Amino acid sequence: MKYIDEFQDPELARRLLDDIHATVTRPWALMEVCGGQTHSIIRHGIDQLLPKEVELIHGPGCPVCVTPLEVIDKALEIASRPEVIFCSFGDMLRVPGTGRDLFQVRGEGGDVRVVYSPLDALRIAQQNPDREVVFFGIGFETTAPPNAMTVHQARKLGIPNFSMLVSHVRVPPAIEAIMSSPSCRVQGFLAAGHVCSVMGVEEYPELAERFRVPIVVTGFEPLDILEGVRRAVRQLERGEHTVDNAYARAVRPEGNPAARAMLEDVFEATDRAWRGIGVIPDSGWRLSSKYRDHDAEHRFPVGGIRTAEPAECRSGEVLQGLLKPHECEAFGTLCTPRTPLGATMVSSEGACAAYYLYRRLDMPTTTAREASPVV
Amino acid sequence: MSDTTDLPAAALDIEAWTCPAPVRDRPRVVMGHGGGGVLSAELVQQIFAPAFGGEVLAQMGDAAVLSLGGARLAFSTDSYVVRPLFFPGGSIGDLAVNGTVNDLAMSGARAAYLSCGFILEEGVELDAVTRVSEALGAAARTAGVEVATGDTKVVEAGHGDGIFINTAGIGLVPAGVDLRPQRVVPGDVVIVSGAIGVHGVAIMSVREGLEFGVEIKSDCAALGGLVDAMLAVTPDLHVLRDPTRGGLAASLNEIAAASGTGVVIRERDVPVPPAVANACAILGLDPMYIANEGKLVAFVPREHADAVLEAMRAHPLGADSVIIGEAVEAHPGMVVARTGLGGTRVVDLPIGEQLPRIC
Repeated sequence: MKYIDEFQDPELARRLLDDIHATVTRPWALMEVCGGQTHSIIRHGIDQLLPKEVELIHGPGCPVCVTPLEVIDKALEIASRPEVIFCSFGDMLRVPGTGRDLFQVRGEGGDVRVVYSPLDALRIAQQNPDREVVFFGIGFETTAPPNAMTVHQARKLGIPNFSMLVSHVRVPPAIEAIMSSPSCRVQGFLAAGHVCSVMGVEEYPELAERFRVPIVVTGFEPLDILEGVRRAVRQLERGEHTVDNAYARAVRPEGNPAARAMLEDVFEATDRAWRGIGVIPDSGWRLSSKYRDHDAEHRFPVGGIRTAEPAECRSGEVLQGLLKPHECEAFGTLCTPRTPLGATMVSSEGACAAYYLYRRLDMPTTTAREASPVV
Repeated sequence: MSDTTDLPAAALDIEAWTCPAPVRDRPRVVMGHGGGGVLSAELVQQIFAPAFGGEVLAQMGDAAVLSLGGARLAFSTDSYVVRPLFFPGGSIGDLAVNGTVNDLAMSGARAAYLSCGFILEEGVELDAVTRVSEALGAAARTAGVEVATGDTKVVEAGHGDGIFINTAGIGLVPAGVDLRPQRVVPGDVVIVSGAIGVHGVAIMSVREGLEFGVEIKSDCAALGGLVDAMLAVTPDLHVLRDPTRGGLAASLNEIAAASGTGVVIRERDVPVPPAVANACAILGLDPMYIANEGKLVAFVPREHADAVLEAMRAHPLGADSVIIGEAVEAHPGMVVARTGLGGTRVVDLPIGEQLPRIC
């Protein structure tokens, strides 16, 4: 994959950084929406290389982080049932619900399996007709199309023992919610390239115009991110606020029409609670009534599960860019990847975990090392 | 505090809420306890070590170094529960020899004798047992070690995973060799004996049916000969580690923590083959945390580094050896990577198992 190396070229990065340094004349606050971008920024130390005037605020774009505690608790309840094989992407297994996580459910005898695609879960359902197979369908517009396709296939092939616990979320309503907050500090957005590769960019011009913010569709490699920052800063310095596609190698303006048609068929918009933020109107997808037979929330008695989140965790403010992870009183003391209070410290893409793992060196709050020899 | 749910704040019952993560509060074993990271260390420190006692165990090396009858003996044991039993580049039989031989080699000892305990599951095909045994025997001959004693147990169907193997090994530590993380001092040079992450990705590719464009073969190999070649340059190597579970990151963190020095590595110098990099990019994993089975990491006094590197490169199992960093006075106990773009990041000890990321 030689292209990856090319998008991490230090010499090209230096040129982009020089351009950004030369362009900036005053402080700007940009939000990168996607957790994958946050991870890349911290992992490559990009935030340390930008001019001090450019502040990157880590947005609510990690699907693991924003999945509500209540949904995790429903997953734990379903996964604990003896007739169920519960399938999930790996990083959801360690997210704490109330009192335990999916790893512990597995330790207690629950059949919890890590899969790499929802179609793997469908195959498991075909192979185990006497068991109920449930897939944990979370994520943004990026992971929604394969999940929709899988439910569609389950219906088409007549696989009655397959269902999905759905907690999908959408980016544009989140941008709208963040910009509508009276305490919002964000002046420009790096939009998530992979989301736009599915959905296109049609939803963004109205947001850019209404909130007068540049929105730059940005990829995930270091050079992609630097190019996104460069274009956003350039617009801000010129007083512009347009939608700019800096990830044209993957994103067409109309997105992926086939994927969008599949989403239209299988899902319907719903209000969705975001962990740490609260309910954002029309910000999620659930299975449409046509596919209700495959909706795990209807198949299993979990409707009564209501969960509150721990008060010490300020991940909501982190997810909205109101607080840097290390400014939270619990960061690195009460709350570490080892003892996470909230999902932003659990997921490797969570802003708090990224800060803890990669930037603790510079942090005013550091913990005693937990590392020790392993036999 | 932000109101984080659609429930009224009065419904929050903080008293009833307990953090779910600390392992000591977990009533049961989870897979992360075997991942070679923080959870594994806690299991040893909080349960095994207090229960067993003993000064030798407190060394916490890959192998224990004992004085017995006037000789310095290295002693190590390891269990092998890999699935599938056969994978590109090797089998559980190869691992059962090479893993223990390498643990001994990391103390400078050339493995002499192994014990071999088989735990077989009822119903496993004798053909598989035969093939594993033949691979084990061949690996032992290659490594120059003799299987001197053994044991077999059979468990009921459903209570095992086909074949589990435990091997223990002994070997003599040469005079003048003292390999311990406590000997590391700032200025020591960090050398890796070749490409990292290969074994873990090879296993993953067959276990999960993932295709990464090219077949990736495990690097499973016995490192006794390579270590001999290094010690022939100077017996004054400071520490060697065999970065298996938890990968290179776990080994570097163990050494940093036990030595009280900091470690700085240059990320661009860490040898990650394209196939491993691609697999990790697809799955959202970090090659630094992926298991190796035929690699070592060495902390070598600066004055001997070039000669040791040359000797390593002259050996078939060290042909791609490279210097990746050094021990430093700053940030004691912490491993820091200089990124390709010029930034820095902390490379931490993994918590449990690495998990594929969703996006």
